[in-house]
Amino acid sequence: MTDTSKYLSHLELGERDETFLDSNELVINMGPQHPATHGVLRVILKLDGEKVLGTECVIGYLHRGVEKIAENRTYTMFNPYVDRMDYVAAVSNGLGYCEAVEKLLNVEAPPRAKYIRVILTELNRIASHQLWLGTHALDIGAITPLFYTFRDREEILKIFEKYCGARLTTHAFRIGGCQYETYDGFEREVKKFVDFVRPKIDEYEELLTTNRIWVERTKGVGVISDKDSIALGVTGPVLRASGVKWDIRKAQPYAAYSEMDFEIPTGTHGDTYDRYLVRMAEMRQALRIISQAVEKIPEGPIMAKIPKVLKPPVGEIYHSIEAPKGELGYFVVSDGSTQPYRVRVRPPSFVNLQALDLMVRGQLVADVIAVIGTLDIVLGEVDR
Amino acid sequence: MAPVATPFFFYLLSGLALISGILVITRRNPVHSALALILTLLALAGIYLMLYAPFVAGVQIILYAGGIMVLFLFVIMLVNVGRAEKERQFNKQWLLAIAATVGLGIVFVRVFTSSQTLTELLKRPLAQLPETSNTQQVGFSLYGQYMLAFEIASLLLLVAIVGAVVMAKKRI
Amino acid sequence: MRDYFYSYLKSDATPGAAGNMLWAFIYIMLIFMGLSIAVIAMNWLERKVLAHMQVRLGPMRVGPHGLLQPIADAIKLLIKEDIMPAEADKLVFWMAPLIVVTTAFTTFIVVPFGPQHAVTDMNIGILFMLGVSSLGVLGIVMAGWASNSHYPLIGALRSSAQMVSYEVAMGLAVVSAVLMTSLHGAGIYATGGGSGMGTLSMIEIVRAQQEQQAWFAFKFFPLGLVAMFVFAVAMVAETNRAPFDLPEAESELTAGFHTEYSGFRWSLFFLAEYSAMIAVSSILVTLWLGGWLRPFPNLLAGPTWDLVFSLFPGLTFLALAGLTSGFGALLGLIGLILFISPVRAWVQDIYWFVAKVAVFMYLYIWYRGTFPRYRFDQLMKVGWKVLLPTGLGVLIVTAIVGVL
Repeated sequence: MTDTSKYLSHLELGERDETFLDSNELVINMGPQHPATHGVLRVILKLDGEKVLGTECVIGYLHRGVEKIAENRTYTMFNPYVDRMDYVAAVSNGLGYCEAVEKLLNVEAPPRAKYIRVILTELNRIASHQLWLGTHALDIGAITPLFYTFRDREEILKIFEKYCGARLTTHAFRIGGCQYETYDGFEREVKKFVDFVRPKIDEYEELLTTNRIWVERTKGVGVISDKDSIALGVTGPVLRASGVKWDIRKAQPYAAYSEMDFEIPTGTHGDTYDRYLVRMAEMRQALRIISQAVEKIPEGPIMAKIPKVLKPPVGEIYHSIEAPKGELGYFVVSDGSTQPYRVRVRPPSFVNLQALDLMVRGQLVADVIAVIGTLDIVLGEVDR
Repeated sequence: MAPVATPFFFYLLSGLALISGILVITRRNPVHSALALILTLLALAGIYLMLYAPFVAGVQIILYAGGIMVLFLFVIMLVNVGRAEKERQFNKQWLLAIAATVGLGIVFVRVFTSSQTLTELLKRPLAQLPETSNTQQVGFSLYGQYMLAFEIASLLLLVAIVGAVVMAKKRI
Repeated sequence: MRDYFYSYLKSDATPGAAGNMLWAFIYIMLIFMGLSIAVIAMNWLERKVLAHMQVRLGPMRVGPHGLLQPIADAIKLLIKEDIMPAEADKLVFWMAPLIVVTTAFTTFIVVPFGPQHAVTDMNIGILFMLGVSSLGVLGIVMAGWASNSHYPLIGALRSSAQMVSYEVAMGLAVVSAVLMTSLHGAGIYATGGGSGMGTLSMIEIVRAQQEQQAWFAFKFFPLGLVAMFVFAVAMVAETNRAPFDLPEAESELTAGFHTEYSGFRWSLFFLAEYSAMIAVSSILVTLWLGGWLRPFPNLLAGPTWDLVFSLFPGLTFLALAGLTSGFGALLGLIGLILFISPVRAWVQDIYWFVAKVAVFMYLYIWYRGTFPRYRFDQLMKVGWKVLLPTGLGVLIVTAIVGVL
């Protein structure tokens, strides 16, 4: 077996013991090509038999320098790039960026655009959670939910496709509002989707929520306390499952969320099972928001009056939204030119991934898989 | 049913047992040693079958080859084989040990050939045991005639199990 | 020679018991071919059934409804490059798949497809099956170790611990069934015949169920059923299938003990896994579900019922022919042939045995579609803290009830 210890000094591996009987400690590389690391994450595990003594995440395999690219593009040109970060929640990424630049420009999108944004973002939240559920269940060994969730996610992607022509990297919003008016029957189709997917979520729950093995595999696994979550900057469903009622949609409402009536589902134990329940409840809340937004959507323009060439005044802005995975923040610095001086993204996946070591230390190998799944990371966003 | 080619199978199986027995102690790689030991045990099971003891043969395979040796391998696999191969293989007394073994062998052969009853026994044809009732015979013996011995042995094993658990728990 | 060939057909014994080596060889070949076909069919069925459970179609391209897909895959595996890792222990790496596949096939020597449809009948039949299948774990452990790689090693560690643990529960369940063979007397609760000789022979175990007029699953209800349940769970763990498929958990260990295997060697593992599944299901059917006996041999006795039940094989094939288009005619022809009187009599035992085994093969697929995977410590907990005490309890209670 190859000696990997020289790369692992930070894991305090120490010298190999003198007797040949002592080699219980295994160092294995999980990833970057591994079915359960959700992309190209490499986790170096130090194991005692099956017990995890420590982990080390190696990231950057998907680094494309998105933030640096922003400095060489105009504000408008950079807009499609953000879709490629969290590619399963491209709409949310676009919303965060557009709103940040709008804040910098000091313009506001018209009400109708805001409602369209809420509908599409919440649809995307469901799609993201569905993808999470399918892959998470697959990691834990239940292969069937994956196909159920992908079947239903397809309906969302169809709506996206009809709206803006793209399914995954949608580029749905523009700075100042939306480029496209909704297509004929948009509201009807969204309503139909809400009615269609509500029983489907019950179906997922039927497969998993009371499944003995599922409960045993997730309860008490990857526990993180509310204090630790806050200390590590963990956000999103992971934070809420630890019992912290923090949702930017409520705390600092953006788009049209202040006019929506919804609840923040929270957990109590901060384990994988609670995170699962929180996300399932969030899907239902998202449906609630969508049906309200579709009912209340006003008529009117969809684009604010903004100049053809965007030259925001000198200054800086931080704007964050509640992406499906947690707080997605954009820090944009303008030097008054057509291109941003600096763009910094605060990706929820990257920050949440920090908690991995804390959550799996002392648990078993199989739990590492469960925890990576429950953190719901997307490597495109971690590496940017 | 008459046995088929008894001497041939006897020499085949005992040869196999002996050769793999030697391999057990001469192989440097502990996993190879363990695998050779399994072969020895299987050959012994074959010899039991030839002695009309199918139950003992079956138990030999299940317990030794399928159970105990798997646990052996389980432990050996965790061992650093590369280092184990560099360890000194034999003790300094290996010459003495061989001498003692040879001496013991001579004693055995002497006793075997000189004893009157044993020579008698060798001349007698093999007893044709009723093949079908072998398992039942073992059962009746164990739970009838040797009941006490059997229970004492099981109690001893129970104590050993409890002791092992206690010792293992202390370490954790 | 001709007499030697025909003389066996008149006897009622297995080739082994009749001492007819020619027919023993023919039986071995038949079982070998049948098993290979069964594995191929199982492969196709698993993919189709699983696909339909998961709202998709499964293989559709090669042949009608993808029927030839397993064959295409087999050819692909055979012509694939056979890779042996440079650091592997060559000899052990080479031997491991052979051991796995040999043990999986050897067990079928004693499986009774009918009162005379077995290669031989050993008086330690069930012990032989358990023993030989317990040797299969050696191959897995060897494969994991010889690959000289971390994932296979962990897979091998898991599988050795798992299989040794579940063998205990399995053995206890089997013993309680064997105990029932010694409790003569007819009916579910009757022990009238008093305790007598029991048996380990597979054929005799089925005969005992016939004589006692109760499948052991229903004997001393619910004791037999609980023992069968213990065995049914343990056998899934024993064959490394979902939800106990930790040794090859693809999300954790990529492919577990056979990560480094490819091509033909890998296909041997695949073959062995499915034959082992069929083997343990056969044990279960033999011990608890009356082996080759048709349903209700006593309740619905008489020549009329015999005739009705003997029509089942042909009807099954006709029904299959109705379901399929393409080569349905072939199936229909087979169905019609099965209606001919001597064939009918000859085939019905095999039919009922295979039908019962098929139920459990379907269960295997169903489990895989439904359950997540257990974690290692939970697996051990289920084995040692649930199945083992249950098996032991059932054994003791059965003994007490039997003596009363």
